[in-house]
Amino acid sequence: MSTLSAESVFSRLEPLLMSVSKPVQYVGGELNSVVKDWASCDVRWCLMYPDAYEVGLPNQGVQILYEVLGELDGVLVERTYSVWPDLEALMREHHIPQFTVDAHRPVGAFDIFGISFSTELGYTNMLNALDLAGIPIEAADRTDDHPIVVAGGHAAFNPEPIADFIDAAVLGDGEEAVVAITAVVRTWKSDGCPGGRDELLYRLARTGNIYVPRFYDVAYRADGHISSVTPNRGGIPARVSKYTLMDLDAWPYPKKPLVPLAETVHERFSVEIFRGCTRGCRFCQAGMITRPVRERSIDTIGAMVDAGLKASGFQEVGLLSLSSADHSEIGPLAKQLADRYEGTNTSLSLPSTRVDAFNVDLANEFSRNGRRSGLTFAPEGGSERMRKVINKMVTEEDLIRTVTTAYAQGWRRVKLYFMCGLPTETDDDVLQIADLARKVIQAGRTASGSRDIGCTVSIGGFVPKPHTPFQWAAQLDHATTDARLLKLRDTIRTDRQFGKAIGFRYHDGKPGIVEGLLSRGDRRVGGVIKEVWRSGGRFDGWSEYFSFDRWMTAAAVAFADQPVDVDWYTTRERDRAEVLPWDHLDSGLDKDWLWQDWQDSLSDVEVEDCRWTPCFDCGVCDTMGTDIQVGPTGRTLLPLTVLT
Amino acid sequence: MARQPDAREVALAVQKLRVHFAKRGRLRFTSHRDFQRVFERAIRRAEIPVAYSAGFSPHPKISYVGAASTGAASEAEYLEISVTQVCDPERVRVLLDAALPPGFDIVEVVEARGGSGGSLPDRIDTSRWQVTLTGVDPADAARAVGLFLQADSISVERVLKDGRRTLDARLPVVSLGVVEAPGSTGCAILEMVVRHLTPAVRPDDVLAGLRQVSDLAPPLHPKVLRLAQGHLDESGKLADPLAPDRDAAAGADPAAEIPATL
Repeated sequence: MSTLSAESVFSRLEPLLMSVSKPVQYVGGELNSVVKDWASCDVRWCLMYPDAYEVGLPNQGVQILYEVLGELDGVLVERTYSVWPDLEALMREHHIPQFTVDAHRPVGAFDIFGISFSTELGYTNMLNALDLAGIPIEAADRTDDHPIVVAGGHAAFNPEPIADFIDAAVLGDGEEAVVAITAVVRTWKSDGCPGGRDELLYRLARTGNIYVPRFYDVAYRADGHISSVTPNRGGIPARVSKYTLMDLDAWPYPKKPLVPLAETVHERFSVEIFRGCTRGCRFCQAGMITRPVRERSIDTIGAMVDAGLKASGFQEVGLLSLSSADHSEIGPLAKQLADRYEGTNTSLSLPSTRVDAFNVDLANEFSRNGRRSGLTFAPEGGSERMRKVINKMVTEEDLIRTVTTAYAQGWRRVKLYFMCGLPTETDDDVLQIADLARKVIQAGRTASGSRDIGCTVSIGGFVPKPHTPFQWAAQLDHATTDARLLKLRDTIRTDRQFGKAIGFRYHDGKPGIVEGLLSRGDRRVGGVIKEVWRSGGRFDGWSEYFSFDRWMTAAAVAFADQPVDVDWYTTRERDRAEVLPWDHLDSGLDKDWLWQDWQDSLSDVEVEDCRWTPCFDCGVCDTMGTDIQVGPTGRTLLPLTVLT
Repeated sequence: MARQPDAREVALAVQKLRVHFAKRGRLRFTSHRDFQRVFERAIRRAEIPVAYSAGFSPHPKISYVGAASTGAASEAEYLEISVTQVCDPERVRVLLDAALPPGFDIVEVVEARGGSGGSLPDRIDTSRWQVTLTGVDPADAARAVGLFLQADSISVERVLKDGRRTLDARLPVVSLGVVEAPGSTGCAILEMVVRHLTPAVRPDDVLAGLRQVSDLAPPLHPKVLRLAQGHLDESGKLADPLAPDRDAAAGADPAAEIPATL
């Protein structure tokens, strides 16, 4: 539908590249990237991860969708990433538009511009990319000549703050969604684009799984609260449901991972071993919105690892999920993979592990013949009471037993993750982290008989997220967060006996407030984002670019004639009756269940995992027609000729 | 107690291969570290039986000789790999070239032979460069070259990681001239032969020298291409660094020495 030339801009870009840092990130040329002929395709996607190439290229979601779309006949797919300010300045000076790295085509020439948001801090980068692409920032200003802009990723579960800038949002798993969108766009184009852009968006919205903000009107009360969100034309569903992929074995992506020329943050082949999590940690948006648990079978995982390593030449395999040790066959999987790759200089890693001695066994399996340097656990809450509030069912005993096992078996360092600013938290809850760390070192010294052991405490501010039991909670203000963190730091530093063995890393509370504003914001927050971008805001996930003052100044401007402010969105507790900005977006979770879980958390009532106990009626499976899918299958990895 | 690596045997290197490769097109924007990563992965995909060092984090035994800097293209880059099985060099060339992205092209692979040639680094002390200056009149370039060659020394500054450094850009320049390039308009093409000194004087430094003696200031970034590397012999020519290995292989009975398998 775009009339813009799709010709490569590389010849104009190339002379500028010697003047920018790390030019290799803009030249493409990744192994397993595919460049198709423009004219022979009828649906053309540009995918973006709105951060620097080094962060965006390894993103699993974009890689999966890139491959799924690339395999479709007649579908062209390319990628783009945020350009750093040095190149941005040159592009603006030389009138070079936002380009793809695959064939260096202008982003504005594509049919669909899909942007994946793992974090809300990418919103300003989206606006910058749209502007560089020559696509109007406001969706309302776009014509039939512009791509439709589609947001996905976890942040799309509340896309209201960017509702004015996107044409559509997809909730949930992307694999089937992109195929469905492709089909709608193809039919509409082959019909001769009847009704233009509006008709295309209407057809997408009518599927029931694609949210098109322009077809919903938001009404506000005088006090600033939302009174209603209602469809403004017939055939538009009152609520939009998320996509749930129900057979991970049928979608074994990535098959051929992208291997970049440039250095990136993850240099490994990652296989998702299951999707979803029912541990029920109340702070965890990912665990809530990706239900139910759907395992990939041990033999599919084995085949993916084998093929992915051969196709990439990577030396490291990551077995991804929200809690990898919970896979029903993780023990056999770990042992069989470790057997298979023994002596091949291929290493295996298991991110996201629970506090559990079994995880130490797994880690041992993965570090055969190798160095046992560091293990990471996430108790998240410092005190027993806090861990009950967040439903992280880890006792101090569990933790000490686990680290004792680890230190006894040769691990030297343990890293512990915590959050600060959780609901009902006091200074004392956070200061108990210091006690815990002391006990960890004590246990480590006893178990290892050595003083050469360490423990790192890593802590950041908690941000309440939509579609979680804490969606009603007040976020802790940044001053109190910082004061609490400094008290903890001082307590650790002044400990004569153990202080030197305990490392302390923390993130200050200000970025969390902006994240909180964007996470639980409504359409009025869009004005803040736009103002921040206009005043130079870019790369808000990077401390060297993030400016809290810029955000607060922009908020003051954007909210000047509104009955709301930043505190209203962040540090204010919501009541049960409040219409939340994302209530019309259905993650499957029953709002009454979420409320009950929020109330339970306030009285320290824990909830079990439905994989091992009866269903607790979170609502997802009933609403979505899904079910948990867990093994064991009892199968084993097929033998294969290993790489030498 | 810290764990020790198993005493399992590290497969021994039985053969050393010398690789001549090119860095072309958009791949000139890769850094040396980028190339190393790409090359090590290509070795794994091509299943070349490269030898690994012993220890906790084994590294493939690859040694690089004088890599061209980021942004410079090159027709003449060299490295050595050690392998645990005797390989046919030509087969290794084909496999590696197929496993590398287009633009990293393997030109030749030879088996390292003893003899009078010396080590590979010993055979490389000089480079021949071509520098394309878009938007520069060849006559202006020729005038600047004349002034440059007349000077005994030309101090230029370069910003290094540890601060500014002053280099003599004239000292290692063996020859420098404007190339007649029929058909190329609107640009001047320089060719220069520069000895490798420590610290290295790069084409950029020579250009800084040209600017200093004559105010020659190209409006765009110059395109730098390494044409050849080797030993500068008495006649002023660059000797092919792989020639001694090639000669030694030609003298030996190939059927007896090199099995045709990997």
